[in-house]
Amino acid sequence: MIDIGLGHYLTLGAVIFTIGVIGIFLNRKNIIVILMSIELILLAVNINLVSFSIYLNDISGQVFTLFILTVAAAEAAIGLAIIVVYYRNSGTIRVEEIDKLKG
Amino acid sequence: MISHAIFFYIFSIIAVVSAIMVTVSKNTVHSVFFLILDFISISCLFIMIGAEFLGMIMLIVYVGAVAVLFLFVVMMLNVAQQKNQWFLSEESSGHIPIGLIISTIIFFELIIVIGGWKYKPDLLDINNISLSNDVSNTHLLGSVLYTDYIHIFQLSGMVLLVAMVGAIVLTFRQRSGVKKQSYIQQISRERSEGVEVVEVKSGEGVKIND
Repeated sequence: MIDIGLGHYLTLGAVIFTIGVIGIFLNRKNIIVILMSIELILLAVNINLVSFSIYLNDISGQVFTLFILTVAAAEAAIGLAIIVVYYRNSGTIRVEEIDKLKG
Repeated sequence: MISHAIFFYIFSIIAVVSAIMVTVSKNTVHSVFFLILDFISISCLFIMIGAEFLGMIMLIVYVGAVAVLFLFVVMMLNVAQQKNQWFLSEESSGHIPIGLIISTIIFFELIIVIGGWKYKPDLLDINNISLSNDVSNTHLLGSVLYTDYIHIFQLSGMVLLVAMVGAIVLTFRQRSGVKKQSYIQQISRERSEGVEVVEVKSGEGVKIND
């Protein structure tokens, strides 16, 4: 309990990952919160990679974390641009009202 | 080791609670605030565990760019209209308490971690788990990133470029009724359509027929 090891960090990552996934499914408000949940999931992956990198003495994990950061920033920019365009065309981004694809 | 445990539990509890608040909070602006708090807590954990460079980069990229982008879009789209026009009515002061609480927590987290990392580096007994003691984390990361991973590094630059161009193309809108300068029309103008030479007889002047 006092001795913090790799398992504690992995548990933290798993908890945040689960919260992100639950946030995607339980969200009934708007798409922006879903994008934020995706950011939370990527953050959990980053926690796992960094803690493995530290505790296993290998720097490669941090390099991959850097690349995940890049991809996350690009994904947020594109996703928000799509949301802006959709809002301009249809006037709403509520999750239950987006049914153009009849999914 | 006890201080490591204390700081780990403080930051991870803050991170988990704010992650829950991101998903359950009614107002989207509050969700963005809690997302910022979450990122800062996790980056404090990174700095504490010995990955200083990634912690600082997460502060810059996530908090400085991504979260501010989210805030911009939330405010631009007026998606918090369930709370009846929050930024126009008198209820706009409802953000101030949550914003103050979150910024106070963030301030103390940064003070604790960066101050401790700078002035009392042996408070957290993590020297036995960090990668190496004589080379800093940034130096180590750079020595790998620019040699072994150089192609992936440049590919990630391409990803960012494509994302930037894509975002601009998606949100660019041509408006009608706005006067704009057309370079090609200006350059391709000929002498024949610009000026007209008129033979003027003496004593009559020029009559412009229109």
